[in-house]
Amino acid sequence: MLRNRDNAYGLIAILFHWTIAALFVGQILLGLATQWVASLALQFTLIQWHKSFGFLILGLAALRLFWALASRRPARPRDFSRTEWLAAKLVQASLYVLMLAVPLAGWALVSTSTLGVPTFAFNMFVIPHLPLARSEAAEHFWRDVHEWLAYGTALVAAGHMLAALRHHFWLGDGILKRMLQPGAESPNRGTVKGQKAAGR
Amino acid sequence: MPTHVWKSPRNAILSAGLAALLAGLPYAALADPLAEAAGKYSIAPSSRIAFSVAQVGGGGIAGDFGEFRGIFRIDGKDIGRSNVSFTLLPASVRTGEARVENFLRSDAVFDVANFPEISFRSTGITQTGASSARIDGVLTARGKTRPAQFDASVSDRTKRKITFRVQGKILRSPYGMDVGTPIYSNVVKFDMVLQGTR
Repeated sequence: MLRNRDNAYGLIAILFHWTIAALFVGQILLGLATQWVASLALQFTLIQWHKSFGFLILGLAALRLFWALASRRPARPRDFSRTEWLAAKLVQASLYVLMLAVPLAGWALVSTSTLGVPTFAFNMFVIPHLPLARSEAAEHFWRDVHEWLAYGTALVAAGHMLAALRHHFWLGDGILKRMLQPGAESPNRGTVKGQKAAGR
Repeated sequence: MPTHVWKSPRNAILSAGLAALLAGLPYAALADPLAEAAGKYSIAPSSRIAFSVAQVGGGGIAGDFGEFRGIFRIDGKDIGRSNVSFTLLPASVRTGEARVENFLRSDAVFDVANFPEISFRSTGITQTGASSARIDGVLTARGKTRPAQFDASVSDRTKRKITFRVQGKILRSPYGMDVGTPIYSNVVKFDMVLQGTR
């Protein structure tokens, strides 16, 4: 089952979710590591890997957004309150924005840097700089934006994860399972849409 | 000498006279300026040791070294027995971007704390033209000595001073300086103007 259904996620959505999640965790660690290492040579290499994976995330996030907009969205499970559902959707929507915004801010950072280091993604593709003026002020600005958006994303993602764990362990519903197994529905609970369909 | 001077017989006579006059001056001996310039020189601080490293997508890092010293001797009888030795201080690198300079000075590239000098010593000089020569030698950087080759040609000469344009390409990797490849080329292009004073 590749595509989403009314009450379940398909394989494509699930792969997008976990691939980008794993890449983001890696990128946070890699980004922090660039600030911690003492060797400038190692720092240079780590920054280039960070840039490569950042562009990978940007590409995947763009495809994911396209896929999400083109797919039907699994409906609200029956026992979700409207407020809880709205909160969940708000968090998810902001993660969609952030997974595009963080790499874009990184792109602006490397484009405005007075170092002018080219981006050679995975030593295979030259990615041109954005048409932004190079200056130390712009570089500092975009460095801050990139950094704080990344920390903000980590915070929102942590909330998203805690909510998923709450559903799994505390509420015991199948919300987390829906994102682990293509076609999995919330067991014994159904969805608002599903109920309506069943009632018809 | 410009060829158009020879267009008319009158000009020819004039030019011949001029040539005879110039023969007495050090400038005139274009036939073999290297032999004419025989002697021992020290490399003047007015020389320029410029380098560039290309990067993917065009452009690159360009800079020069501000501190260096060296001597060369031109053997008038046998250019092949001439020699040159040259030392530069990598800490004096200039690129116009302080962070790049600090990176180059660090143990990522030059490691100036442990290897404050980069030196070149010629092992053989071959005359390649009236005023040009190929210089073979050994370049020592970061404690590693490897063969290196430069092309030199006389660009200006007076009685006390001779100016060479010296060009060469050095690979970074044999010296353990290949950080940043393949974004930055492994090849460092040197384009130097060496002024020797007697």
